[in-house]
Amino acid sequence: MKKLESVAELKSLREKLVAGRDPQKPCVVICAGTGCLAYGVMALIDRFKKELKKRNLLDTVDIRSSGCPGFCERGPLVVVHPRKIFYQRVSLKDVNEIIDETVLKGSVIDRLLYKDTATGENVVTEDEVPFYKKQMRLLLEMNALIDPTLIEDYLTLGGYGALGKVLSGMKPQAIIEQISKSGLRGRGGGGFQTGWKWESTRAAAGEPKYVICNADEGDPGAFMDRSLLEGNPHSIIEGMVIGAYAIGSSRGYIYVRNEYPLAVANAVIAVEKARELGLLGKNILGSGFDFDIRINRGGGAFVCGESSALFASIEGRVGEPRQKYTHATDRGLYDKPTCLNNVETWANVPLIINKGADWYASIGTEKSKGTKIFSLVGKINNTGLVEVPMGITLREIVYEIGGGVPKGRKFKAIQTGGPSGGCIPEKYLDMPVDFDELTKIGSMMGSGGMIVMDDRSCMVDVAKYFLKFLEEESCGKCTPCREGVKQMRIILDRITEGKGDEKDIELLEWMGQGIIDGSLCALGGSAPNPVLTTIRYFRDEYMAHIRDKKCPAGVCKALISFSVNKDACTGCTACAKVCPTRAATGEKKKVHTINQETCIKCGACYDACKFDAIQVK
Amino acid sequence: MADTVTLTIDGREIKAPAGTTILEAAKNANILIPNLCHNEELAPYGACRMCMVEITHKKRVRLVVSCIAEVSEGLQVKTDTDGVRRVRTLVMHLILARNPSHPELQRMAAELGIGTTMFGVDFKGCIMCGQCVRVCREVVGASAIGFKSRGPSRAIATPFDESPEDCIACGSCHYICPVGVIPMEEHDGVRRIWKTDFPMAKCKTCGRYFATEKEVAFYRTIAKLPDDAFDTCVHCRSVKK
Repeated sequence: MKKLESVAELKSLREKLVAGRDPQKPCVVICAGTGCLAYGVMALIDRFKKELKKRNLLDTVDIRSSGCPGFCERGPLVVVHPRKIFYQRVSLKDVNEIIDETVLKGSVIDRLLYKDTATGENVVTEDEVPFYKKQMRLLLEMNALIDPTLIEDYLTLGGYGALGKVLSGMKPQAIIEQISKSGLRGRGGGGFQTGWKWESTRAAAGEPKYVICNADEGDPGAFMDRSLLEGNPHSIIEGMVIGAYAIGSSRGYIYVRNEYPLAVANAVIAVEKARELGLLGKNILGSGFDFDIRINRGGGAFVCGESSALFASIEGRVGEPRQKYTHATDRGLYDKPTCLNNVETWANVPLIINKGADWYASIGTEKSKGTKIFSLVGKINNTGLVEVPMGITLREIVYEIGGGVPKGRKFKAIQTGGPSGGCIPEKYLDMPVDFDELTKIGSMMGSGGMIVMDDRSCMVDVAKYFLKFLEEESCGKCTPCREGVKQMRIILDRITEGKGDEKDIELLEWMGQGIIDGSLCALGGSAPNPVLTTIRYFRDEYMAHIRDKKCPAGVCKALISFSVNKDACTGCTACAKVCPTRAATGEKKKVHTINQETCIKCGACYDACKFDAIQVK
Repeated sequence: MADTVTLTIDGREIKAPAGTTILEAAKNANILIPNLCHNEELAPYGACRMCMVEITHKKRVRLVVSCIAEVSEGLQVKTDTDGVRRVRTLVMHLILARNPSHPELQRMAAELGIGTTMFGVDFKGCIMCGQCVRVCREVVGASAIGFKSRGPSRAIATPFDESPEDCIACGSCHYICPVGVIPMEEHDGVRRIWKTDFPMAKCKTCGRYFATEKEVAFYRTIAKLPDDAFDTCVHCRSVKK
């Protein structure tokens, strides 16, 4: 495509693209996000193309591989436009039927529809899916409407319109005012005022100034930033160009972990396409403003999401945090003024410029504005990405969007804020979700991971899991984080083995505070959180491990035993079939037994039994 | 001259040039703040966390490492609050779990009222102050050793644990190590460090071995002195004058 020389040329290109699109033309949209790719969606896309070609339909039917719309639980997802008929768990054998029945005749295939778990009724169109209905998908909605590798798709939907607006005479100061007024806060975890960051970087002395997108998301179970960068990279690039223009920067970086191959690939394509069109590079849209982006791949250290470690990594040094009592906005990358924002923060920028700060500020709570994307995982029916307005309650997220806890089990806790966040018990489910409320109860917003736990999750074991993760991901530079987190984990090991002491709880609390106060960076500074919040809200469970030598959730192997409930066992032999050590035995249709000597407590029998006859004590 | 600022440390009013660290200002006023990774010859590092102090600046109270945080006008510093003691005590116990026996560490522990560590000892010797790595990079300029791994497995190592190619066997790491865990020995014209033998050069005047051959070659390239400047040992060079 030809390089665009002015905002007017951008507008006419968009008009041309829009005119070339028939909204009534059938289009098969297939999610090609990482979750669905894992389901084998590439083969599905190929099959659709092959079958359409066979029927000579390639000109009359569009096919689009889109980014992740969020409903990973029900993938592979196929939506047939223009009616937006929503099919889930689609497999290769469904392809012919979808083309012949739905694309050509417009009739609906009941078998592939999503069944509302609450009402038991089939849901026909995408907009009616309860999982989506309760959400406010300002960012994620775009993911499903575009092919991330095609800049044309983004342009057609008004993409780079905010940049056009900015370059048509908005003063940098006015842009910063809009961002400040919108109340946008950093989505990476800190919740820092974005407008303040921009303003400080702009005002700071030193050249050049840098603008960086932090895409080093590494929390276990979190994939919000990944899906945005994979599904809509141009929204992030557009946000960065606007930010750079406001700040007065000519050089930007996207720091993305190399474990996100699709995000890297799509970001690379997007940057190239934007450069080709003159939306990046010298003299952007003829405005005289120069700005370019370099993509820096991270080597997978969790700590590189921390600002000073991220800078070190870009500079080619070992990714370790550096203590400094100055802001990155004054001295960041190469000791120059640097504005580092998270993927989701950048993606919000074009929205705010397009729709206005007042509109944005009308969404959310008093001090947390706009929407937030959470990755909802764990013991939840609808695993996936959810985008909700700030201030929604945890209960709405878990039950109305997430569909509650599977198999009718009891909700126990929700872990928010990533590995160094906290576990929130049921009594706080009606609390509004925003930056400050979560902090108040000892957890945090973090980057937006949400892990749901049911009554089969042991909170001591959960705390141990996160601590182990942080112990391994600590860079090892400062003593409290390197040694302290390890020693806390050793104490938890002891407790889960039934060798704990009552004084251990007090000791963990004392150490936790010491590590928080003493650590060099935010990794150590928040590492004890999972332990501290589980002690705060689930002290009884710790005491059960320590005093009674019991694990109430039936998780800690040293403290549990599996046995057969004679009254419930039907002698179906399911337990004996799955037992890896042949500890579970018995004759057909007779009560089975478990040999405690040879049982390795793997729990396979428990999962296999259909009659709840296996007891965990 | 730099501007002078006035601050208080533990209630004492002190004047210090702007840009000085709190640790330095305290030391100049004979207030000693314990530390393990600080060395005046090296850039501030802030890793051991022993030198934490509590500061009040513009009504905001927080804990900072005094080896990096700088003095400012009106700053109030307290070197012995509950928060400071908690961090210091924790760090000391954690360090002792790596090295319970070094006399200097024991002395520092005793000052905090600690006899033995509350944690199980996993003897490593090295306390990860990083002075060896930093002196090699910042002062010598060889960058022959570095850190490997992360988390509790972080350790000082030569590249790939092999004989260090860039090491000149100057011994700076050996001398700077506060707990003496980098061995170096010398006999029969050979200096051994990092499990590697380095042949030594003889002084052309007195005939004594005075430096390793790699050291001499290294200094020659950076010193820009006459070619024969490193033919003799430091002693003979000063006598000649």
